[in-house]
Amino acid sequence: MPEPIVIVEDLKVYFYTYAGVVRAVDGVSFEIYEGETFCIVGETGCGKSVTSRALTKLIDPPGRIAGGKVLFKDRSGRYINMLELDEETLREMRGKEIAYIFQDPAAALDPLYTIGYHFIETMRDHGTIRSNKEGIERAIELLREVAMPAPEVRVKNYPHELSGGMKQRAVIGIGLSNMPRLLIADEPTSYLDVSVQAQILELLRQLKEKRGLTLLMITHDMGVVAEMCDRVAVLYAGHLAEIGPVDRIFMNPLHPYTQALLRAVPNPTRRMLKLEPIPGNVPNLASPPPGCRFHPRCPYAMDICKRERPKMIEVEERHRVACWLYAKR
Amino acid sequence: MPALIQVENLKKYFPVGGKLLVKQWVKAVDGVSFEIYEGETLGLVGESGCGKSTTARLLLRLEEPTDGKVLFEGKNIYKLRGRELKEFRRKANIVFQDPYTSLDPRMTVFDIIMEPIRVHKIDVGDPEQYVLKLLYEVGLNESHMYRYPHEFSGGQRQRIAIARVLALRPKFIVLDEPTSALDVSVQAQILNLLKDLQKKYNLTYLFISHNLAVVRYMSHRIAVMYLGKIVEIGDAEEIFESPLHPYTRALISLIPVPDPFQARKRKKLMIQGEPPNPINPPPGCRFHPRCPFAKDRCKKEEPKLIEYSKGHYVACWLYS
Repeated sequence: MPEPIVIVEDLKVYFYTYAGVVRAVDGVSFEIYEGETFCIVGETGCGKSVTSRALTKLIDPPGRIAGGKVLFKDRSGRYINMLELDEETLREMRGKEIAYIFQDPAAALDPLYTIGYHFIETMRDHGTIRSNKEGIERAIELLREVAMPAPEVRVKNYPHELSGGMKQRAVIGIGLSNMPRLLIADEPTSYLDVSVQAQILELLRQLKEKRGLTLLMITHDMGVVAEMCDRVAVLYAGHLAEIGPVDRIFMNPLHPYTQALLRAVPNPTRRMLKLEPIPGNVPNLASPPPGCRFHPRCPYAMDICKRERPKMIEVEERHRVACWLYAKR
Repeated sequence: MPALIQVENLKKYFPVGGKLLVKQWVKAVDGVSFEIYEGETLGLVGESGCGKSTTARLLLRLEEPTDGKVLFEGKNIYKLRGRELKEFRRKANIVFQDPYTSLDPRMTVFDIIMEPIRVHKIDVGDPEQYVLKLLYEVGLNESHMYRYPHEFSGGQRQRIAIARVLALRPKFIVLDEPTSALDVSVQAQILNLLKDLQKKYNLTYLFISHNLAVVRYMSHRIAVMYLGKIVEIGDAEEIFESPLHPYTRALISLIPVPDPFQARKRKKLMIQGEPPNPINPPPGCRFHPRCPFAKDRCKKEEPKLIEYSKGHYVACWLYS
């Protein structure tokens, strides 16, 4: 069994807004093992992106990390708490140890600079290259690695000269340029067409194998989860609902939210006569429901669900759930 | 089932930059023909830039075509004038993708729903009663009537947009990615609502989406577009169970399936690259540069849409 590369303990990220304190992530714990693909799945505002950004303290005001620990295993095998590091050390870690790929590749690239310059800037800041010439050479190699057509030409192009899929390939290449060990991909294919999405997912899979990366995927798409992940964490309204191996989550979903989510998604390979929607809406996190945050939409809600937040319970091997239905009383 | 809408050789070219005196054209829609039958949902799928939204806008006469015609209840919509045109605008309507931009933030729900009724000067009796009935129809209630759009979630806003369209008692509704901006848990609510309304009022839908799983759930028939052309059209179940065109086959094999066991077993038909520039589409079959089965003929001659089996049409040299 590989060791965890990241251990998140009781992470809390709050946003202090005029409308009140928004508890976007409210006591979430999980670990990511070396070499695996770990998915965080959930709907808009469930805190999945905020969680991934909090791993390197990429939280802007009015947001603040209000508590918890993020332990990262460095190259010597020691665990360091990312949340206690100063900004300079964090800057070094971002890119070199943990790299991000965001949803919209067009927003991740500066329209005024060539693709090659983006690579140079990233690598120069981390001292990976000594000269711009070396940077361009490395950039071409990296673009070839992410299967960019005609990399020698593309390195001189500006972002607007590339298609959506090619932009995302460039962004992935830039992300890999400082040899990170953990790659965080936040909805990397949501802006892309089906045929291009398949290409990018395949690329991420290959890069992970080849470089021995650990991959953290953030997505709302259960299809992408099923295709890519080894283990899954399901977030709902800033709380962790369920975590476990991908096969168990789909075969034996424990949390009523996970169960409902799987019934609400159409499967393209089957004829479905009726989808079962989840009644109601995602709660407002400035005034979330007390107890289990899913209780107003849950068909099995009991009295205790309205009062007390359920603890995580291991129901089967490596498969944990936060739900009163499974509590031994 | 009689055809409510008949599209014949419809074309829309947009001018782009180009050099002096040499005009260039984006052939967004380049000669499509199909029918939409009364009471059915026709799904229109394809990647971004394939012309599906332009086709929808042409069907509502939100664009004037470069060539071709659209018959609605037997009449060419581009020839309609005055009262007849207004009547067409009442009968044919659209629900847009983003309910955050399609509702005026300064109008109450009541005003939003009443506006089309005022424009069309329809006598609905007591306006409040009428709006209330529509709100119930889409799963809202009287407490929502005098609120503003910002007070609603995405799913509720989409319900308001649907109520506004229903207010005119339309026959035909274009649904342009109506759930793409919504969360999965809410998406199913809206899809089921649309299905129920269709049954109740015998509505005809053109359903546009890039999400093929959703299209399968909603559609009776499906048309697949690639670079301004329809490459395949047929019964929804047949398109998914036995797709013919290599592009359709690839698209269907590449949808991520929400089931890890199936995902591992499934064979994928990968296609390389991305859709080419519609200014200079490739000669012959437009899909040939990405097609794993391309032959010499595909590079030179353009395949026609032929009926392969009953009601199932495909434009590909593999089948002629």
